[in-house]
Amino acid sequence: MAMASNHLRNLTRISVHRILHHRFQSLLNAARFFSDAASSVPQPQPNQQSSPPSSLKDYELAKFAAIADSWWDSEGPFKPLHVMNPTRLAFIRSALCRHFKKDPYSAKPLEGLKIADVGCGGGILSEPLARLGATVTGVDAVEKNIKIAQLHAGLDPVTSTIEFCCTTAEKLVEEGRTFDAVMALEVIEHVANPADFCRSLSALTVPNGATVISTINRSMRAYATAIVAAEYILRWLPRGTHQWSSFLTPEELVLILQRAGINVEEMAGFVYNPVTGRWSLSDDISVNFIAFATKSNSTE
Amino acid sequence: MNRLMKKTISNVRALKIPRKYFCTEGVKVAGSTTGEASNEHEKKQAINKIIPQYDIAIVGGGMVGMALACFLASMPMTKQLNVAIIDSNPALASGLHIKKEDAPDPRVSTVTPASISFLQDAGAWKYVEQNRHAYFNVMQVWDYTGLGYARYNARDVNKDFLGCVAENKVLHNALLSCVKDSDFKTTIYPLRLSSMTLNTSSMSIVEENTNSVEPSSAQGHGAKLQLSDGSSLYAKLVVGADGGKSHVRELAGIKTTGWNYSQNAIICTVEHTSENVCAWQRFLPSGPIALLPIGDKFSNIVWTMSPAESNSRKSTTEEEFLKDVNYALDYGYGPRPTSGLLGTRDMFSWFKMDAAISTNEFFEIPPKVTKLASERMVFPLSLRHANSYSSKRVVLIGDAAHTVHPLAGQGVNLGFGDAFSLSRIIAEGIALGSDIGEVNLLKKYEAERRSGNIMMMAILDGFQKAYSVDFGPFNILRAAAFHGANYISPLKKSIISYASGDHKLPIFL
Ligand SMILES: Cc1cc2nc3c(=O)[nH]c(=O)nc-3n(C[C@H](O)[C@H](O)[C@H](O)COP(=O)(O)OP(=O)(O)OC[C@H]3O[C@@H](n4cnc5c(N)ncnc54)[C@H](O)[C@@H]3O)c2cc1C
Ligand SMILES: C[S@@+](CC[C@H](N)C(=O)[O-])C[C@H]1O[C@@H](n2cnc3c(N)ncnc32)[C@H](O)[C@@H]1O
Repeated sequence: MAMASNHLRNLTRISVHRILHHRFQSLLNAARFFSDAASSVPQPQPNQQSSPPSSLKDYELAKFAAIADSWWDSEGPFKPLHVMNPTRLAFIRSALCRHFKKDPYSAKPLEGLKIADVGCGGGILSEPLARLGATVTGVDAVEKNIKIAQLHAGLDPVTSTIEFCCTTAEKLVEEGRTFDAVMALEVIEHVANPADFCRSLSALTVPNGATVISTINRSMRAYATAIVAAEYILRWLPRGTHQWSSFLTPEELVLILQRAGINVEEMAGFVYNPVTGRWSLSDDISVNFIAFATKSNSTE
Repeated sequence: MNRLMKKTISNVRALKIPRKYFCTEGVKVAGSTTGEASNEHEKKQAINKIIPQYDIAIVGGGMVGMALACFLASMPMTKQLNVAIIDSNPALASGLHIKKEDAPDPRVSTVTPASISFLQDAGAWKYVEQNRHAYFNVMQVWDYTGLGYARYNARDVNKDFLGCVAENKVLHNALLSCVKDSDFKTTIYPLRLSSMTLNTSSMSIVEENTNSVEPSSAQGHGAKLQLSDGSSLYAKLVVGADGGKSHVRELAGIKTTGWNYSQNAIICTVEHTSENVCAWQRFLPSGPIALLPIGDKFSNIVWTMSPAESNSRKSTTEEEFLKDVNYALDYGYGPRPTSGLLGTRDMFSWFKMDAAISTNEFFEIPPKVTKLASERMVFPLSLRHANSYSSKRVVLIGDAAHTVHPLAGQGVNLGFGDAFSLSRIIAEGIALGSDIGEVNLLKKYEAERRSGNIMMMAILDGFQKAYSVDFGPFNILRAAAFHGANYISPLKKSIISYASGDHKLPIFL
């Protein structure tokens, strides 16, 4: 028993990110402040003739289609996602357990939760969520990703229940689908209009539900780390995977989520340790960060 | 671990049960659900279609494989796992029925305080204490030249004991009972592993198949194991706990590095006229002889020597052998050490201020051996280390990953450490929804264990090398080292701590 609780203590140590709560208030204020002068918040682009507005950026999608075969190659182009996965799941697990009052000591704490994984790619996040007991719907705009995700998840009876569809967040909204929690990890930097995208995520989330978003910060350090290191030096990602100008800062993300009716409650940074080759959660949100947000009860 | 449900779900699958009675979710019914398939055709179909699927297949249910099962059974994250244990050792199927008064077995292990605490937490140690075992709190190590000795005392490191010696069958039985008395779902296959296919489901087939993605769970997933009766099973993770000649390691294509010492160890159990309470080790020209207390008036002997010597000592009369043992443990090959000889005491006396308590203890003569209490067994000594401990869906623990010679009784302890570490990493993986056969997860285990194991192996190899040469000046240096070890207490503490399983860097080498 001592052994088991020891282990769980390790897990709960993850909730260190709560300290961010404090720091986060000032960030939130900064964000509000920012909103008055906001001009660098990406504005809707006038390229939509039909409703719903599409979040798709064709050349972004082409980049993912080109390397789709390698989704599950843990040493391939998606290696950073594989390596980061346990860390972000630790954040998501503890945030969801707290918000939905689930037992963190359970092996399947997410049982009973309906979760959407928007921009699921090959299902790197969808599969662990299903193993943790959630009922998962994974959607991605790239057909090939969905095929890979289906094939891979089908190998394990537990993950074969995941519903994968080639569609977008806005189409799911049109279909009137809702979820207890909506995930969009490492996707927002690839969409055409982050504000519209966040509105769709909000519409997919039930009142009192949760939204989790992770992305890369538009800081100089993020530029150096994510683009130069990952794409050029380490050759993890094909060149051109990221465009610096499409990154959001944490303040911008908080703001556009707020406008979409979602309140960011916790935020944590991911830091990479090149010596151990591991990622860990920290309060340094200058490069990669993840935000846990909830939708207020009062629906607009 | 509080067990509200004291139900035994473990079951032993008899060889004869047709595969069709096992659904893909694993065996939920006890092995008693027998019955013959009505005809051959049906049988074949059953074999083709319904292959049992497990989360983990532990190949090799020796002490280390069973320790892993115990650790998994004791944690909330892992106790719902569906585990298969594959081993043809009849002890697993029948369950050992050992009694305290049974004749002692020659195979014993020295369990370190660190291993004991793992086993206590998992609920297995209490079963060890029900049978013959011996804690010891003093250890005396000396050398045939008579130039030096060292006595280690548990008090020096603020422990109650330095270790506990128990027969392997006692340890094995304790682990087995612990698993059986838990509500952990295990299925024992009294068979051997014959081959293994690691399912590397190629993703490139997607291109042609885009329109017909079928839910492929019918074909199972993970590694496919073929057993000696022709049956097979699937597992998400295969644990190779199948000993020094690991078949899993070979099938996974993992190479080893190592060498054989041209030395053998004779092991046997002996009897004294009174109870022995100390662990003794004397270094002789041909290698060390150890006398370990195992409870009652018994002790175990592990005596290293050349293959020729070992063969003749195995077959001599009991009388001859006992004479040799007593000679080797006391005055044979050289005098008893006396403090102050050659001025070594003076040489180190300036350390005395800082000396550990046992510095004041005098050299003692080990108790005489009066009777042989078991057969004599001979083992060749070798050192072997797997170049990697893991690959996709495969992980090695215990002797399958490393074999060391039995000099400091570390063999099984390294294995218990492996099993404990792996169980925690699996628990962590489950908590985060990982695929437990995922190589990134298994590499964490490897990173945690490998360097420590290599360190211990290097130390033991160093000891071995130091004692396989017999040059005058070296002997004096060695004795000085012993004397030094006896007088410099921080140094000695680190030796004891390391040997007793606390993972500190051994600064003395
Ligand atoms: C002479 C000697 C003295 C020793 N003294 C000590 C000591 O004092 N202290 C100490 O800690 N250690 C000692 N050791 C080492 C210790 O015995 C081993 O480290 C320990 O037994 C390793 O346990 P294991 O479970 O990894 O392997 P093993 O005990 O070898 O168990 C392997 C199991 O796998 C099974 N198996 C093998 N192949 C297959 C297959 N293809 N399919 C299915 N099952 C299979 C076997 O039946 C067996 O049950 C000593 C070793 C020797 C040789
Ligand atoms: C970096 S990957 C992240 C994959 C996954 N969320 C993860 O973190 O493991 C981004 C994914 O978003 C998808 N994507 C990009 N724009 C999208 C959009 N507008 N709607 C849905 N999916 C989109 C891409 O096809 C790609 O699979």
